[in-house]
Amino acid sequence: MPDVLSAPLVVEFPFTRSLGPVQSAFLTGLRERTVLGVRADDGTVLVPPVEYDPVTANELGDLVELAPTGTVTTWAWNPSPRRDQPLDTPFAWVLVRLDGAGTALLHVLDAPGPEAVRTGMRVRIRWAATRTGAITDIACFEPYESEPDQAEPAPHTGEFADPVTGIVVPARLDYVHTPGRAQSAYIKALEERRTVGERCPSCRKVYVPPRGACPTCGVATAEQVEVGPRGTVTTFCIVNIKAAHTANLDIEVPYVYAHIALDGADLALHGRIAGIPYDQVRMGLRVEPVWSEGARHVDHYRPTGEPDADYDTYKELV
Amino acid sequence: MRDVAIVAFAQSAHRRRTDELSEVDLLMPVLHEVLGATGLKANEIGFTCSGSADYLAGRAFSFTMALDGVGAHPPISESHVEMDGAWALYEAWVKIQTGEADTALVYSYGKSSPGRVRDVLTRQLDPYYLAPLWPDSVALAALQAQALIDAGDTDEGALAEIGARNRTAAVDNPYAQLTGDVPAGDHLVHPLRTGDCPPIGDGAAAVILAAGDAARALCERPAWIRGIDHRIEAHSLGVRDLTDSPSARLAAERAGAFDRPVDTAELHAPFTSQEVVLRKALGLGDEVRVNPSGGSLAANPIMAAGLIRLGEAAARIHRGESDRALAHATSGPCLQQNLVAVLEGESAHA
Repeated sequence: MPDVLSAPLVVEFPFTRSLGPVQSAFLTGLRERTVLGVRADDGTVLVPPVEYDPVTANELGDLVELAPTGTVTTWAWNPSPRRDQPLDTPFAWVLVRLDGAGTALLHVLDAPGPEAVRTGMRVRIRWAATRTGAITDIACFEPYESEPDQAEPAPHTGEFADPVTGIVVPARLDYVHTPGRAQSAYIKALEERRTVGERCPSCRKVYVPPRGACPTCGVATAEQVEVGPRGTVTTFCIVNIKAAHTANLDIEVPYVYAHIALDGADLALHGRIAGIPYDQVRMGLRVEPVWSEGARHVDHYRPTGEPDADYDTYKELV
Repeated sequence: MRDVAIVAFAQSAHRRRTDELSEVDLLMPVLHEVLGATGLKANEIGFTCSGSADYLAGRAFSFTMALDGVGAHPPISESHVEMDGAWALYEAWVKIQTGEADTALVYSYGKSSPGRVRDVLTRQLDPYYLAPLWPDSVALAALQAQALIDAGDTDEGALAEIGARNRTAAVDNPYAQLTGDVPAGDHLVHPLRTGDCPPIGDGAAAVILAAGDAARALCERPAWIRGIDHRIEAHSLGVRDLTDSPSARLAAERAGAFDRPVDTAELHAPFTSQEVVLRKALGLGDEVRVNPSGGSLAANPIMAAGLIRLGEAAARIHRGESDRALAHATSGPCLQQNLVAVLEGESAHA
């Protein structure tokens, strides 16, 4: 693809959730190799258990203990496990109705191949060696010939020492980001220490950085226009909180962060102001970029020494 | 209730990759086309509503960037749903029903190519019991397909025929991504083969809604929304009967779909097995033309594919090829949530 940049983009976050009393009992139970269900208003035992009745929406709390054995109600053979799935060898996804339960639990089944899996087959839980109070405390199910346990599930208090009250689920998604034509051109120009915006064919405004469309007119921008390098501070703030990001640790507070209208641009971009005491920065101050060494972005802007710009020249951009 | 119609529909060509296009680049030509069809300018539209999901391309607040393509100046009345555009259409329809708007622009887009969509969609699942297992969208659909096979509702051969029928129909659809003779392929997740699964791709769609006389002024044969409803089932797969879709049936009933037969149905069934479920739940017999566009087995831009079903059904009415059509959209794993609209051309009830 000519002239279009791309780069890996990883979105990674720990998904932190607190648990309700039923979920807490169930996940703590898994840590202790105990499977709990909850009795719904119609008497059905729900596994995995939920806080509220799926039909009546009433709060549920009548817990029972089930055997770790059950029956497959449907299955799907996965020949190519994906990165974060429970097993790294081919396995079957299964819905398993544990003995005594009226609903099925989604998990995986360790089996040699699809010919070894069928609906109605008997399975049991294989516990994870290390258990923390999570659905993954069930490592997987495994084939297990046995008669269904017909006994009525026994009541359980749901009380355990040191109950789990929350979960942290790490999540990572991998992308290859492409910013599109306009932003690719903008980034490429930065490499040559030039700032290139795009002009709207309708209202003639020049947008920096360009996003490919004029947000006022709703039409594509295509005509590239070099702007700056000098510009005018249109408004600013004084930052008194030290940055937590490692890239900014060297920046001493207080410092000034400003909107800067580069000469020829109709949209102010933002940047840090340095080379002048923070309390002397003012609207109308004329500035120029100081480029980072070895990186394609402006490190900060510094005063040019020119007289301040007249307010009327930038008031539309404040 | 006010009479509200879909008066215009446009969509992009759906493609596996669109690296050279940002989301607004992808969307903007579609917006221009749909506005152009009615002669309306963005600032003459009463309400604008969109549907998209930032997780697809991994780009935060992408819907605010997409607004650049609308031209939101002077400030417009606007809303967004993190759902398929069919639900944005529902919100716009409600807005028009309140009397606060007479026209609405509804659009949606999905750019799945930057990410791995099977993994991305796991993040919409229950974070306690499902998401930690990373059950991907094909795996969940395959569990449903096996349940249908076990129940005697279908078999692998019948599923392959569904794929073939949709993609043959799509030969006449210039926007479709996967058309014609597509091999059944290997099992992706057994019992689903690659041919049972939708293509992954990027695309956008837009419609314009208008009420009463405004609709008649903007379109020669408006596609009147005679009823529209959406219903949801429990999230947990283990409490549902995966071979049925009571939510689709109830939505159809409340939309009036069973009052009189429809001649056409556009079903949002990304997997062949899901068409089996929907035909059964919606009572669609062989006399109904199902997915003359090729459906989402031919093009499945996530977040737009449901809106496209409404648009395709409406476009058939605009062209006089249908008098009464059912349009369906789905959301969530294994048809968890379903929207049904019934569209009619004026002559059908004259």
